[in-house]
Amino acid sequence: MEHDPFKWGKPRNDVYGPYSYEIAGAKVKGEPSASDIEKFPSMHTQQPIITGTSVLAVKFKDGVIMAADNVGAYGSLLRFSNIERIIQVGDQTVVGISGDISDMQYIERLLEELETEEDVYDSDGGHKLRAPHVHEYLSQVMYNRRSKMNPLWNAIVVAGFDDTNEPFLRYVDLFGVAYGSSAIATGFGSYLAVPLLRNLVPYDADYPKVSEEDAREAIVNCMKVLYYRDARSSDKFSLVTLKKDQPLVFEKNVKCEGQSWQFAKNICGYGSKQL
Amino acid sequence: MFRNNYDNDSVTYSPTGRIFQVEYALEAIKQGSAAVGLTSKTHAVLVGLKRNTEELGSYQKKIIKVDDHMGVALAGLAPDGRVLSNFLRKQAMSSKMMFNRPLPVSKAVYSIADKAQENTQSYGSRPYGVGLLVAGYDETGPHLYEFQPSGSVLEYYGTAIGARSQAARTYLERSLESVRDSETVEQLILHGLNALRDTLAQDVELTFKNTSVSVVGKDTSFTIYEDENMQQWLDKLDSVSNSRNRDDQDDDQDATEGNAEGTHPASQDANQGEGNGQNDEGRMDTD
Amino acid sequence: MNTISSDYAADVHSVPIEHSFNPYQDNGGTVLGIAGEDFAVLAGDTRQVVGYSINSRYEPRVFDVGDNILMTANGFSADGNALINKFKNSLKWYKFDHGGKKLSIKSAARYIQHLLYGKRFFPFYVSTLIAGLNDEGKGVVYSYDPVGSYEVEQCRAGGAAASLIMPFLDNQVNFKNQYEPGTNGEKKKELRYLSLDEVVQLVRDAFTSVTERHIYVGDGLEIYIVNKDGVKVEYYPLKRD
Repeated sequence: MEHDPFKWGKPRNDVYGPYSYEIAGAKVKGEPSASDIEKFPSMHTQQPIITGTSVLAVKFKDGVIMAADNVGAYGSLLRFSNIERIIQVGDQTVVGISGDISDMQYIERLLEELETEEDVYDSDGGHKLRAPHVHEYLSQVMYNRRSKMNPLWNAIVVAGFDDTNEPFLRYVDLFGVAYGSSAIATGFGSYLAVPLLRNLVPYDADYPKVSEEDAREAIVNCMKVLYYRDARSSDKFSLVTLKKDQPLVFEKNVKCEGQSWQFAKNICGYGSKQL
Repeated sequence: MFRNNYDNDSVTYSPTGRIFQVEYALEAIKQGSAAVGLTSKTHAVLVGLKRNTEELGSYQKKIIKVDDHMGVALAGLAPDGRVLSNFLRKQAMSSKMMFNRPLPVSKAVYSIADKAQENTQSYGSRPYGVGLLVAGYDETGPHLYEFQPSGSVLEYYGTAIGARSQAARTYLERSLESVRDSETVEQLILHGLNALRDTLAQDVELTFKNTSVSVVGKDTSFTIYEDENMQQWLDKLDSVSNSRNRDDQDDDQDATEGNAEGTHPASQDANQGEGNGQNDEGRMDTD
Repeated sequence: MNTISSDYAADVHSVPIEHSFNPYQDNGGTVLGIAGEDFAVLAGDTRQVVGYSINSRYEPRVFDVGDNILMTANGFSADGNALINKFKNSLKWYKFDHGGKKLSIKSAARYIQHLLYGKRFFPFYVSTLIAGLNDEGKGVVYSYDPVGSYEVEQCRAGGAAASLIMPFLDNQVNFKNQYEPGTNGEKKKELRYLSLDEVVQLVRDAFTSVTERHIYVGDGLEIYIVNKDGVKVEYYPLKRD
């Protein structure tokens, strides 16, 4: 067996004779050169490359609040620290995206096209493209791509207002699986943040009992918890507040305040041991 | 054989800047029977006069549903109308599928206008020979649009297309305020029927067989009234005009005048029509 | 021609030929349909999960798709929703093409077989149920496997906890293993139609019990009831743990 990392696992040519790339579906005789790349089967995304971590969002009395940090990680390397993962669509909708950053940028372009098309036909105004419509569109895109076995490797949270001007919050991911809830988080956030956010809104229908201040405090706290425990996160993030009939507030470079790393010195091994 | 040298195709202008093929297409609309559309602040109504080619034949469909919030009335070549309304149905469905929202009426009508416009400047293609009244209700309220094969689109409070439709437009112009202020669907439909009646030829009258009505609006999904379901509205139309007659007769002073206006409003206005009344039985293939 | 290039530069060698992306996911949930004499019910819990996480506590999975037909497609939720939307659209075209004619449950059932079998080699990963009234006005439930094999039944459970509910239904709806008291297991209990109240009570018992035993079931129970007057919905909370 070849131990060369690029041929790892293949039978050795000097033992078994020349390797035939035709068994891999490539239309190449003999050793391929770099220009033979088109003769190999086309490749679909099999794994994300540069990734963005959790997106968090929660509904409150008359709006929604969403947060996501600005890191683009390359494996465990903090490759970029200035990536904006919350996209504004129209004036009352935001889309938060985690997962592969290049796929995110593709989705960003789709959303821009969508806005342009809206402007072309909606000359009289009044037909607003609202959050449910953006979400449905993205769901179709995500499901169609997964059905072609070529997924966009993302988990997306859409926040805004529905046709009756009530807060709207819904998720869709690389499978096309969609759901709505009063508190949503992607990635690590679904383990670490959702339980904290559900403490704030135990019953989905009760979000009108939550004040903006409490929602904001909970989200900021979740971002801090995630920074403590998610190695691919940062303590600098974007925070968007959507409120009924008001322009949305897009805060950038929000910092996790009041960090305490006291606990860190007690961590050793995989967590069960205490010093 | 040809009327002139510049009407062989739709890519050639005449020296006076006209495209005859497109103008002929607009003529095809006038060969079709009349369709009337009108809107109040909450609803949009379409009314159409159906034709049958012979006594034992069926009547050609005049009003077609596109979606729960939208429908069209056609005048001209019915097959062209069907193709366009099928296209609109697909648009409406894909709007539901892709965006989870009903297709805005303006977007719908511009989508077929774009289609029609392409035919006005492509060699070897024929402009659609049908005019449409598109009525719908969306988040910006009730709408009525007129679509023409030239690709032009206009929005109206009330209008009419097809044979002798000028009479209906005259009626709508005169009753505009009352039409716009209609508080019930019934008032709006009766205005529509009155307008349609004005387009009738001397020996024709509205029956449940030859009349179609549709309503769409606030909390009302697009509904077509035809055949047996149509009679209720005609009954109301008669009771209104009959009562008007009775009132007028009671009032001795303008008994004659009132009678004339009450029973035969058509005869007056029809004469003001476009003078192509002679066409209404000439061509069998337009509706 | 004599250039010597490094083996490590030839990265075409690393072209993967396997698809490591698995396009399916289990989103849990359980559904249940029971047919009565002049009604049918289709019920499902409202929890959506993936792995040990609860995505949502209220994500409806049973739908009134029009023409007095209830439908659910439980398993991989993206496929389920896609199937139901496909059916709703077809129903709309059916109405356009047939002048607003009502689609009978029998025809709907056959059509859904074709929707499912049409994707025989990349199936919708769902167990599908539809419920409604047949031409005689009697309640019916149709059930499907993921590739379209179907049959009409008196009752059927589908989804995560189907195997827990189905034997309970066999016993309580079709009276399997029930005998007349005092006949020493000689005389089987005679079959009879259950009333709507009995059926709703059965459904609620089934779901409260299965909520205790299956982690993919819980949060809320939505029961759709169809009879000649139309469709009704009832909601009952379930345990959220």
